[in-house]
Amino acid sequence: MTTENNIDAYRRKFVGGGLAAAAGIAIAPGVILNSVAQAKPADKPVDDSVRWGILIDANKCDGCNDCVTACNEEHGLDNYTNSNESQRTQYIRVVNLRDKATGHEQALPVMCQHCETPPCVDVCPTGASMRRADGIVQVNMHICIGCRYCMMACPYKARSFVHEAITDQRPSSPRGKGCVESCNMCVHRVDNDEQPACVVACNKHHAEDEPAMFFGDLRDENSEISKQLKKFGGKQIRADLGLNTGVRYRGL
Amino acid sequence: MRLTLVNKMTPVLTGLVSLMLTATVFAAPPMPEIPKGKGEQCVEPTEEMRVNHMKKIKHQRDLTVIEGVRTKKHSLKECIDCHVIPDETGAYPKIGTDQHFCSTCHNFASVNIDCFSCHATKPEESDSMHSMTGMNPHQNVDMSGSINQLSQRELDIATSEKRQ
Repeated sequence: MTTENNIDAYRRKFVGGGLAAAAGIAIAPGVILNSVAQAKPADKPVDDSVRWGILIDANKCDGCNDCVTACNEEHGLDNYTNSNESQRTQYIRVVNLRDKATGHEQALPVMCQHCETPPCVDVCPTGASMRRADGIVQVNMHICIGCRYCMMACPYKARSFVHEAITDQRPSSPRGKGCVESCNMCVHRVDNDEQPACVVACNKHHAEDEPAMFFGDLRDENSEISKQLKKFGGKQIRADLGLNTGVRYRGL
Repeated sequence: MRLTLVNKMTPVLTGLVSLMLTATVFAAPPMPEIPKGKGEQCVEPTEEMRVNHMKKIKHQRDLTVIEGVRTKKHSLKECIDCHVIPDETGAYPKIGTDQHFCSTCHNFASVNIDCFSCHATKPEESDSMHSMTGMNPHQNVDMSGSINQLSQRELDIATSEKRQ
């Protein structure tokens, strides 16, 4: 493809994006779709001008488990026949915390924290455990040998291993026996300018009040997530490790 | 001496060769019956794809996984979407059977592929689509036209959010 053709393709995308934005605004007054924020042409590689992140408000979370259900559905994680409960994959799980002193209980969705300096990437012998330029940490299953070093290294216990041959995978989420896998922030959705499945499910659950999960670009100070972080702050789990996680929590 | 032997054997050899040729004509191996895909023409000329499809898919897979390039032209998902067609009963052919587009030739050539221990072997069926997607990802090629319309379900989700 020549450069000129590339330019034409970009123009077409740009015009298409404009139409999409117009359509988005036309839905209803005062409603803006979150999903048409960052339009990246499909033929362009991701770069570090964005860093995707998720902010979770632990005070709003009522432990409804909708994020887990949505994640399982999005990635087709329920297609096991032989694995026992502890062997099954979980990209996101709800951890219940209880403060012994006060008895205060909290539910906390925990998934891959998408570290800036991920220990799983450090230890991977093949380079399969990788961090994309836009901050998404994932497994390149084509070169994963299933050694599970990354599972040992991850301080958040975010990774799972597929123990048995599985079928009926979702086309957008290939996964199989002998590979380690984890939350990839729904990379196929993000590349398509959509939000991760857990965030969409959470916002739907909290449709009546303020959303409990925000997804967006941490580098863009005008994004909703950056505004929220600037105004209310956000903590990292195990901040002492200095991993600069992309997933932040409020109300811990 | 050796030459004379060859000379003597020539008619015998000729006979043998012609016999083998005849046998070959009559016992030609059955060629694979390749199922027809959607559309008139593949993304590349058929001859090119027969020889080089694996290189194109492999190149695309690294671009997609590592760099996030999501062009559909050489993606395995698009191969499947076009080439795996349901039969009269609406059932998709299983991988490994001669009816599956990939298996047809790979069975014939005895070349094992490992793509489908992880990748989906059939297109996403519309009724089992994710409740939040509401559209066929295969059709969502560009962002203009009627494809961009939102489903009622998405509208419900979008309008129920209290966003300014």
